[in-house]
Amino acid sequence: MSATTLTRHAAPAAVRRPRRFDLKPSTAAVYFVALVVVALTLGPVIYGVLGGFRTNAQIAENPAALPHPWVLFNYTGVLTNPDFWRYALNSTGIAVITTALVVICGIMAAYPLARYEFKYREGVFMVFVVGLLFPASVAIIPLFILITQNFHLGNTWIGIALPQAAFALPTTVVILRPFLVALPKELEEAAQLDGASRIGFFWRILLPLSGPGMVTVGVLAFVGSWNAYLLPLLLLGPQNKTLPLGVADFSSEHGSDTAGVFAFTSLAMIPALVFFLAMQKRIVSGLQGAVKG
Amino acid sequence: MTTPRVAASPAAFVSSAGPAPLAHARVAGSGLGRRRGRSAAAWRKRAEIAFFVAPALVLFLMFVVWPIITAVQISLYKWKGIGPLVDFVGLHNYVSVLTNQLFTDALTHNLIIIVVSIAVQLPLGLGIALLLNRKMWGQGLLRTLIFVPYVLSEVVAGVVWRQLLVPTYGGVDAIARFLHIPTPQQGFLGTPDIALWTVLFVLTWKYLGLAVILFLAGLQGVPEDLYEAAQLDGASWWQVQRKITVPLLGPTVRTWAFLSMIGSLQIFDMVWILTGGGPIGRTSTMATFLIYQGTKSQAFGIASAASVILFVIALVLAVAYQQLVLRRDTRPDQPRRKAKR
Repeated sequence: MSATTLTRHAAPAAVRRPRRFDLKPSTAAVYFVALVVVALTLGPVIYGVLGGFRTNAQIAENPAALPHPWVLFNYTGVLTNPDFWRYALNSTGIAVITTALVVICGIMAAYPLARYEFKYREGVFMVFVVGLLFPASVAIIPLFILITQNFHLGNTWIGIALPQAAFALPTTVVILRPFLVALPKELEEAAQLDGASRIGFFWRILLPLSGPGMVTVGVLAFVGSWNAYLLPLLLLGPQNKTLPLGVADFSSEHGSDTAGVFAFTSLAMIPALVFFLAMQKRIVSGLQGAVKG
Repeated sequence: MTTPRVAASPAAFVSSAGPAPLAHARVAGSGLGRRRGRSAAAWRKRAEIAFFVAPALVLFLMFVVWPIITAVQISLYKWKGIGPLVDFVGLHNYVSVLTNQLFTDALTHNLIIIVVSIAVQLPLGLGIALLLNRKMWGQGLLRTLIFVPYVLSEVVAGVVWRQLLVPTYGGVDAIARFLHIPTPQQGFLGTPDIALWTVLFVLTWKYLGLAVILFLAGLQGVPEDLYEAAQLDGASWWQVQRKITVPLLGPTVRTWAFLSMIGSLQIFDMVWILTGGGPIGRTSTMATFLIYQGTKSQAFGIASAASVILFVIALVLAVAYQQLVLRRDTRPDQPRRKAKR
């Protein structure tokens, strides 16, 4: 498919050597371009992380230099700051509740939409599909009133998690349905012969087999909730801020403490990054499954 | 979860799956479903369906659909956020939003963001995806690293970029000095004529990885034997990409462009963090406009009218795109579109 493949017959000598050391001009060019792209994408992130290891004086003197000497007090300052841990705890709590709601409601809804035949099935499914178009900002004012005044859930974890889960449901249902459709019909027939009801089939066969799909939507819901800004901004008071709110506030309150802001920001980005990278393979394969159907 | 902004959240990433599952509607079916069984069985089935769908549907109707309906209602009143809705003003809020220069500017910015995002990210993303779509050492790592900005929250990315772009003391100015490139005195985010382009640059940085990953996923679907046939015919790498790969990637590109458009309409977090819509409103978007009206001015009627207009634009765009562009991808009998020249 690539130049390497196309020229394989012309250069049999290259086959004997391990591919990875095969530095033909075309391959070298690809690596060069790839490295430039990676430098541009990662540059700001690395700059931020390194910035946390510098002093403000260092940054003012030469904004683009490496830390010299490396200092730790920005990071230790953040890690010993009780606010940081409270924000992290809030983010975690909200993200966990959101994820649980999304995965449970999503898989339950996707099951009949995938494997039952009933009159309004496509109608119900379309309701969720159209939901993909709803930006949270459109509903934000009524949502604020609903949560704070009608349900008195303002400033609570569940008050954020409920609407976040609701807005994540369309994506979840849209991903899970083809996943459940793809499970072979024979499984269901075999379960039926063994005397399982449809609910029994759901519990004993479908749920265990849906693991990868649920991981995909679960990670997406978790990272989405972890990164969310607008809804927590409007609904949470100072005591219950999440990390993105904390980052935004810290950076505007300590605007002159550039190194401190970098340290705070760098630490705040770690969990979502680690979580996502650890799950990346499963996410991408789950998405490919959904895209291909 | 936040919304499918340009893909502002992972939700958008996935919603790429949107159109595809529809094709399965007819395939689905329960092997257990009996043909019009006794009514007890039929009722049991209905109860089961209701049991499974109810939690999601209730959640969705209560926290998504109902607030949107309420937004329409509020948009017809003059309302400061306290007390009952009494001051009915009809479509007055819509008129004042649509004649408000701040809103039309914001709408213009949204349209610029749509056009520039696609015009820049499509060729760049396609180029990078084609380059990375080969067996090479470290391929997986490269893909992952390119995806990193997309995983960061917009707040975190925005704060880092804001610090980088601080005039004189920011990293960007330092590098520009090193390269002897002049920089604007008030900074890239503070100079009215440059601010929107700076925001667009940061958005490109954040979302290019999504395009690359989606295009790479689409490339997995191009059958290997096509490449082998082309190889036998003596096609060059460039010919193969132009005549085979890019045309077959059409559906993926069209889905991505759709996501990008809807996301660009909804963009909020990044702009709010980077500039707050300024300087002098030059980077505002419809979402920053309506949040500003709602939170700072307490003009909930105006804000709701703006949000309804935003929603209608998104809906019209989505339906038009579905009808005009995406439709061809869901008709299997239709011959594949030829590559442009």
